[in-house]
Amino acid sequence: MKSFKDIYKNSENKISGIAAAPGIVIGQVYLFTKEKLEISKAPITNIQEAISNFEEALKQSKKELTKIFGIAREKMDEVRAAIFEAQLMILDDPILLSNIEKRIKDEMIQPEYIVADEISKYQELMIISHESYMKERAHDIEDIKHRIIRNLQKKRWQSKIEKNLIVVSEALTPADTLLFSRRESLGFVTDHGGLTSHAAIISRSLNIPAVVGTHNASTIVKDGDTIIVDGFHGYIIINPTEEQLSFFKEKQKKLFEIQKGLEEFRDQPAVTLDGKEINLEANVDVTGEIDIVITSTAKGIGLYRSEQILNELGSFPDEDEQTNIYSKLASRIYPKFVTIRAFDIGGDKFRFSEYKEPNPFLGLRGIRFLLENEKLFRTQIRAVLKSSENKNIRFMIPMISTLDEVWRTQKIIQECKSELKKEKIKFDNQIKIGIMIEVPSAAIMAKEYSEEIDFISIGTNDLIQYMMAVDRGNDLVSNLYQEFSPVVIRTIDHIVKAAKHRKIPVSICGEMAADTLAIPLLVGLGLETLSMSPGTILYAKRIIQGFEFKKAKLLAEECLQSKSEVEIQKKVKKFFDDNNISRTRNII
Amino acid sequence: MIEKTVKIVNKAGLHTRPAATIVKLAAKYKSEFFIYRDGMNINGKSIIGVMTLAAEIGSELKLTFDGPDEQEACDEIVAYFERGFDEL
Repeated sequence: MKSFKDIYKNSENKISGIAAAPGIVIGQVYLFTKEKLEISKAPITNIQEAISNFEEALKQSKKELTKIFGIAREKMDEVRAAIFEAQLMILDDPILLSNIEKRIKDEMIQPEYIVADEISKYQELMIISHESYMKERAHDIEDIKHRIIRNLQKKRWQSKIEKNLIVVSEALTPADTLLFSRRESLGFVTDHGGLTSHAAIISRSLNIPAVVGTHNASTIVKDGDTIIVDGFHGYIIINPTEEQLSFFKEKQKKLFEIQKGLEEFRDQPAVTLDGKEINLEANVDVTGEIDIVITSTAKGIGLYRSEQILNELGSFPDEDEQTNIYSKLASRIYPKFVTIRAFDIGGDKFRFSEYKEPNPFLGLRGIRFLLENEKLFRTQIRAVLKSSENKNIRFMIPMISTLDEVWRTQKIIQECKSELKKEKIKFDNQIKIGIMIEVPSAAIMAKEYSEEIDFISIGTNDLIQYMMAVDRGNDLVSNLYQEFSPVVIRTIDHIVKAAKHRKIPVSICGEMAADTLAIPLLVGLGLETLSMSPGTILYAKRIIQGFEFKKAKLLAEECLQSKSEVEIQKKVKKFFDDNNISRTRNII
Repeated sequence: MIEKTVKIVNKAGLHTRPAATIVKLAAKYKSEFFIYRDGMNINGKSIIGVMTLAAEIGSELKLTFDGPDEQEACDEIVAYFERGFDEL
């Protein structure tokens, strides 16, 4: 039988990229081009539907703006606040809205075109004005115009996407990825992004095969093409030949058998050959994932990315909405626990303010954002506390880079606790508060942090990015994003030792924990808890059952002496060979 | 119908905040309310319309009120202009 190598060597209809989420799918392409705001002037047939889509888009825009306005009000100067208020009023402007509705009925064209045309009329008046501030005002109006059109288009393309297609796009936001997964998309292919882009992470957690960083797939494939996505090796094949089709269909069959074989691990503990038990926990991105977690035999949720609520709702949830979500989550998972990570907003995840940061990854992210927007932070803390009655919630703070941030957070939590006591609301007074270590400054001070908090979780994605000074979403430098870099291994070792010294729990919740190749090394470094996408837990169990802790420790000691990533990779791969552990991607 | 000419007296002129306030005041009344300037008649109940008016300090606008409660509407809105949008 031919190997993958043979198949790819002789294929001219292939595009290579980065294998972002494992699996093989064959299906039809849906080419997704959303980023450019293209306004359709297509005729419509159903006026009633168009009007109701328009009203829906207004409602959604209003919801988004109200939340942004409500939270940002404290922070904004009066001028900004007035602009937001005016934008909100535009969504209720009786003259504008009745003109738009009338034109939709009369002209029977896509509402987005009419909206653009009507609002542009006013913008032109502002631009021709001799007053310079009027040009800025025209710019402010642009924002509301885009918001309405974006919501209209969402409505339009949501209803257009057929199920069971492979989505090919220049880039996918987390929100796009989620939306497509709801339409039962088979696979994802993007031009940009690396292994740890959020589209990649979400595809992995939803078990949807993905290839990212192909540079130009979206300009080569066409709507309706048949493609094969190989999420193990990072290739796509466009309009496959009979030979290629039968090869990959055979592989799919084999893969299915392997997955069935993994089922035997479901009822077994994750224990090394010499009896060391490792806690495997689940990372959760999406509410719908809880069911997968419950059946995945995870010991609990090691990371619940609460900012995903924003992606799902498209807006900020208030305290009651959050309490509702967290309580449901906590009681679904009970008696296991859930680690709720505070909103990790900023960076590539969510652009919140009007000010466009030149360097978002070094900007207002995680705890920095939360302390700047204390009101919002308090709604989350109160909601988390209110949901903690069954004592199975832990709360985790992202992007800590100074001890002061820890102290300020603890003070706010303390204040929220006192409020709740006064309000006679029950909560877990001993709730465990931990931090993510993902910034080098926190890694170096791990010992000091360990004296202040209840647990540490190492976020390898950001830690590697900041240690190596490499943008993880940039495929031009993504080869420098090295999980097995000696500096990464040594830093993890340093953090684990610090935590153990103070006897507080330490875990890894970055993508590294889900890399089956990294597992023996992490276990050897003394990590007893790994948190990963629920879909990879059985794979991890199979690996852990294949080696002795004693030997993994020796491997770690050797790797701590190594000078290069290549050397460490070699040692790790040799470990797999020596111990006869096979990796899924090598079996199929 | 009542017609009234008002002068902008505050330093910042008719910026976004007073524009929003004017529209909110106008919305309380049944009467039609228009602002005339530079050959354009702008409906005073439309925020996006009022925002197209560039009216700096010293400029004059013609306001018209027409309807059952035109006097009350006129009184309140003209007073707001005369107070310099409460920014004096």
